[in-house]
Amino acid sequence: MPENSYEPKIIGYLCNWCSYAGADGAGLARIEYPPNVKIIRVPCSGRVSPEMVLRTFMQGADGVMVLGCHIGDCHYGNGNHRTAKRFPVYTELMDYMGIPKERLWVQWVSASEGPIFAEVVAEFTERLRTMPPMRGKLEVG
Amino acid sequence: MKKGVYICHCGSNIAGTVDVEEVSKWADDLEDVAISRDYKFMCSSLGQELIEKDIEEYGLDRVVVASCSPHMHESTFRGACQRAGLNPYFMEMANIREHCSWVHKDKEAGTEKSKALVAAALSRVGHHEPLVIQYAPVDKNTLVVGGGIAGIQAALEIANSGYHVYLVEREPSIGGHMSQLDKTFPTLDCSACILTPRMFEAGNHENITLLTYSEVENVDGYIGNFEVRIRKRARAIDEEACTGCGLCEEKCPISVVDDVFEAGLGYRKAVYRPFPQAVPKYPVIDRENCTWYQKGKCRLCEKVCPTDAIDFEQEDEILEVKVGNIIVATGYDAFDARRIPQYGYGRYPNVFTGLEFERMTNAAGPTTGKVVLRDGVNVPESVAIIHCVGSRDKKYNEYCSAVCCMYSLKFAHMVHDKLPDAKVYNFYIDIRTPAKGYEEFYHRLLEEGTIFIRGRAASISDVALTVEEEGKLIVTAEDTLIGEQRRIPVDMAILSTGLEARHDSQEVARTFSISIDKNGFFRERHPKLDPVATMTGGVFIAGAAQGPRDIPSSVAQGAAAAARVLSIIDKGEVEMEAATAEVNDLTCVGCRMCVISCPYEAIDYLEDRQKAEVNRALCKGCGTCVAACPSKSITLHHFTDQELMAQMTGAMNALFEIDGVLMPA
Repeated sequence: MPENSYEPKIIGYLCNWCSYAGADGAGLARIEYPPNVKIIRVPCSGRVSPEMVLRTFMQGADGVMVLGCHIGDCHYGNGNHRTAKRFPVYTELMDYMGIPKERLWVQWVSASEGPIFAEVVAEFTERLRTMPPMRGKLEVG
Repeated sequence: MKKGVYICHCGSNIAGTVDVEEVSKWADDLEDVAISRDYKFMCSSLGQELIEKDIEEYGLDRVVVASCSPHMHESTFRGACQRAGLNPYFMEMANIREHCSWVHKDKEAGTEKSKALVAAALSRVGHHEPLVIQYAPVDKNTLVVGGGIAGIQAALEIANSGYHVYLVEREPSIGGHMSQLDKTFPTLDCSACILTPRMFEAGNHENITLLTYSEVENVDGYIGNFEVRIRKRARAIDEEACTGCGLCEEKCPISVVDDVFEAGLGYRKAVYRPFPQAVPKYPVIDRENCTWYQKGKCRLCEKVCPTDAIDFEQEDEILEVKVGNIIVATGYDAFDARRIPQYGYGRYPNVFTGLEFERMTNAAGPTTGKVVLRDGVNVPESVAIIHCVGSRDKKYNEYCSAVCCMYSLKFAHMVHDKLPDAKVYNFYIDIRTPAKGYEEFYHRLLEEGTIFIRGRAASISDVALTVEEEGKLIVTAEDTLIGEQRRIPVDMAILSTGLEARHDSQEVARTFSISIDKNGFFRERHPKLDPVATMTGGVFIAGAAQGPRDIPSSVAQGAAAAARVLSIIDKGEVEMEAATAEVNDLTCVGCRMCVISCPYEAIDYLEDRQKAEVNRALCKGCGTCVAACPSKSITLHHFTDQELMAQMTGAMNALFEIDGVLMPA
């Protein structure tokens, strides 16, 4: 694959109530963003375990996004507090596996923030384009 | 396993950016796919029948529908599966409209992304387990929060159907903003005359428990079964004894500026009812201003009360009530005109806000209905009415407040009516009169002689440039119809302030698990098709809390929300969340990480067996415990690790395949 045709593969874990609805909102408003992200719906960003993030990289993803409600707005009260607290765990484990922590984005996008969702995706995709592609899937035991 | 794949065209919504036939053909070759189709509208009855027929004919045991967002049609397609005898949880949707065709223009990229999303859904659905939906009974009581016209309407509709309502209002009386108004556009019927009977009915209805001067502190539970904690603040009045005679109010020596009901234009006593028609009739002692509470002296009201109803020792009461549904109709705040300094509100005495003028023209208001300058004596010879104050301006609020044009026209009419010789200037950007009888009202004002100047007022000042301008307020604006800068000297300026979300709408939203939009208004489940429901089942919204709206529209929403509640009450039972968590007893080590992480205290630790156990009635299915469990002993049904990882792997494999890169071993 030639260097210039590199399109980062991104998996986005979006909470059902805020960020997934925000992504729907971007669609309703027809706000264009790069097609690189493939969205997986989770009930709460707090559902995303560090292991899930690592497994996603192991499957060859160039970037992983975990998007949830703004702190204080969680549909489940404080599920996203867990996400915020887990962030260092995610990055520590990524570091251990030799994956730069810039490949993971944890952000808060509310249901009314369609334009912000589009911006976040565009910015993350651009950032990943400046990094070399992950070399496909990792060998795991 | 036999999987069916259905790619929806959604007219040209999807088919315009995604080669649906190509996606369908491609999916047909994927593992376990028995049939793959594309169809114009999957959500149509013909589309749904297609799925039902295929389930029977091909013996499908899994279905993937690639169409719009599951927030839109998940229940539709689950229903189709159920009708054909397939467990509804054996269906998975791929969102190729909101997340794909609507946000990408390149057809090739859209088609590739759709393939990946379909592959992901196919891979996920293979791991789905059959879940059984449980039902819970619905509590027949309803909580209505906010006693403005929207809340009153909602409460009355439900109460008249024979079901009990708790109507909670923060202020000492129900009535809301409507009770402050004098006339209502466009018919000019007196606000109090049409509102008071409704207030009285709500206050005396056998099915309504009226809780004024009260606030909802906490809400627990779920649709059909909410537990609500309400703080009924101490009025310092024994409601059993009080007859509402008003003697205490009359004799109270303390007068304070009434910022709420009189919009700062009038006074009230320290023991007061906001207005004579207040419902309930009991007054409230304002402890911040009462001499007894502040200095330990006075108790005059106690001495004059003929029924010994004054109770200085009264304390806040905490009520715990159970309700099945909640309607939140908490209304709006008027825009604070001080935020626009160039209009001089607060600096120039004769600049008034809309609500101030509303109170001024009200016969029961502080000036007994006379239109006068701030000195209370002099009558203005010219009045400027400034539209869109705080609305349609990116610096403040981008949106149109929907009511200001009409109430500005009403103000112009009131001035003409009360001061026939006064000149009235309306400074507007556009005149917006889009409802029944509104445009006709505008024409009436044109005939009454109001001078309309098309241009946003730039400033109001008292700096005179000519002799005629001396002692006047000068409104400057660019008259965009004649293309000239104009200076209009007037005696009085009225700022038609817009509607804003309540300053505490975010906290209220959190209490009721509602989401808010970027302006702080409550967000409806669907802007067109579900305007009074929210993302939280059993919680509905009505009135200006959802967005700027006038009285007819607030009433309509109140009634609509009540209808939604009544349909749930009448059905008698609600579906319980099937996607709850479960602990695997064999592998649980009893570390209690899940107990700590659960936001609902839905996980018990069984001391005797040293295991965790999920209380499925309390579990709402967030899955935080699953991610916290170090021994992977908790499963969140319908969002299991296997399902989510299969979805991710399915997408990644498809992407590598499309790239044409050999998949690494």
